[in-house]
Amino acid sequence: MTQFDPVAALKAQFGDDIPHVDEFRGELTVVVEAQKIVDVATFCRDELDYEYLADIAGVDYFPDHPRLALNYHLLSLEHNHRLRLKVYWDDGEEPVPSVTGVWPSANWEEREAYDMFGIEIKNHPDLRRILMPPEWEGFPQRKDYPLGYETIQFSFNVDEVNEHKPYAKK
Amino acid sequence: MVKTRENISTKPFSEWEGSIDELKGLVSDKAMTGESMLLNMGPQHPSTHGVLRVVLELEGEEIVTAIPDVGYLHTGIEKNMEAKTYEKSIVMTDRTDYLNPMGNGLVYNLAIEKIINLEVPERAQIIRVILTELTRINSHLVWLGIHGLDLGVTSTMTYCFREREILLDLFELVSGQRMMSTYFRPGGLWRDVPEEFEGAVQFILNIFPQKIDDYEALLTRNPVFIDRTQGIGFMSAEEALAYGLSGPTLRASGINFDIRKVQPYSGYENYDFDVPVGEHGDVYDRYLLRMEEMRQSLRIVEQGLKKLKPGPFRSDNRKYVPPPRAELGRSMEAVIHHFKLWTEGFRPPVGEVYQVIEGPRGELGCYLVSDGSPYPWRVHFRDPSFVHIGALQHMAKNHFLADLVAIIGSIDIVLGGCDR
Repeated sequence: MTQFDPVAALKAQFGDDIPHVDEFRGELTVVVEAQKIVDVATFCRDELDYEYLADIAGVDYFPDHPRLALNYHLLSLEHNHRLRLKVYWDDGEEPVPSVTGVWPSANWEEREAYDMFGIEIKNHPDLRRILMPPEWEGFPQRKDYPLGYETIQFSFNVDEVNEHKPYAKK
Repeated sequence: MVKTRENISTKPFSEWEGSIDELKGLVSDKAMTGESMLLNMGPQHPSTHGVLRVVLELEGEEIVTAIPDVGYLHTGIEKNMEAKTYEKSIVMTDRTDYLNPMGNGLVYNLAIEKIINLEVPERAQIIRVILTELTRINSHLVWLGIHGLDLGVTSTMTYCFREREILLDLFELVSGQRMMSTYFRPGGLWRDVPEEFEGAVQFILNIFPQKIDDYEALLTRNPVFIDRTQGIGFMSAEEALAYGLSGPTLRASGINFDIRKVQPYSGYENYDFDVPVGEHGDVYDRYLLRMEEMRQSLRIVEQGLKKLKPGPFRSDNRKYVPPPRAELGRSMEAVIHHFKLWTEGFRPPVGEVYQVIEGPRGELGCYLVSDGSPYPWRVHFRDPSFVHIGALQHMAKNHFLADLVAIIGSIDIVLGGCDR
């Protein structure tokens, strides 16, 4: 059997669509052009045996641009190897294609990335908010979204709390 | 408007103007006309193991679609951790998957240690393994008790919670807390274990094998239990991989994949244990696997206890680990380190890591991004409960309503971990 080298195989297949490869603490990160993610994912699954999508994690690099990123953590059981595909995305760009067709487990992970970071996904079967309520405004895990808190209500500050919480009286 | 008998709507279901449109495309057209029935299960339902809501479309007793709805326990833990230093945010990891506090702490600390390349002394590693394995048993006991209760075997709950108390007492002994232990720290442990520790673990090792046999006597050959679990919630090996199942739920489908074996951490390569693998991929196999896993965990604990030698319990890398109290009176340098670490925190190098461990429910991952500041730029937990509930819709299809309870039990979900 030849040496398993996912990066060389990906570079040979996709060339310029893989602008950057990084290695840190033995973990490989392959940056992929956002619009090519489904092709790369399918290649990874079919040719490189990454049959398992462990996780998709969004990151917000505010105030840098491109601002947002999706990290796809792949696992190959056969080669016992993990690989991270990374896609950068900025507000207003063409939405990132969904990989739900490649790995069904991406369904909820992509919904979470959308819910928390507002990363738009296209061709997703059911893109709704998942953890936050459906009517929620804003994307909580973006860096410019402030950490909120709820004032604890005591008998002496009832009026004060009600004043900035008009919905509580309804 | 106050609801009285008079003004309660008596419109038939099909004319109801509520938010049913939200479900369009998710349920079949029959549900829109009222031919099949829509039933809301949860979020406050004892069989959903927490606050999981499932919207069910039923045709008679048969489930056409089961749409899980999560998020009721979302507390923004990942966001909150970004506002705390690395060491202060450990306390929040316990609150995610609350049946596996040691495991959450372990994966987060391993991620920090990986990003800064911090060595952990051997004694700390062994204690970590012992405590994580006992947490696995603790988690499986709660799972077994509630799973049994769901399927009508009420006595399992009583027995499992009785034995769980012994484990919680042990966690209290080492960390001062029964559940939210926050015992693991970057580079080792918070404190060394007290001298009663070895005796307490030995006591657990002495009594637990018999207890596990007792649980099996209640369930394994129980005809009602077998009827309700065999052939239910089937996932083939390919489906299980595609839907991202992990841990015992994946192994029940016949895939021999245990992170402790193939990508060992904390010195698991030095322990001798077997990984049970199922073949049918149904609820019953998942049950058998978890029972066997408890026995294997006891084996690991036993070996760990034999290996336990006196020694340092925390790394002495003073750039990341605060000095012990005794040093502060003697060394100016220690005072400076103490001050810097507790006011500012440490600054790991810039980078990103994804660390995984084998949690009681499956692959527990932590994705950590450091920007070189004392605060984690991004922490993300890959919680197996979240992924498993995502596969529920597929698993529950064409089963009876009563089987859904068995399926939810068998994938062993903790909503605190799912929603984070």
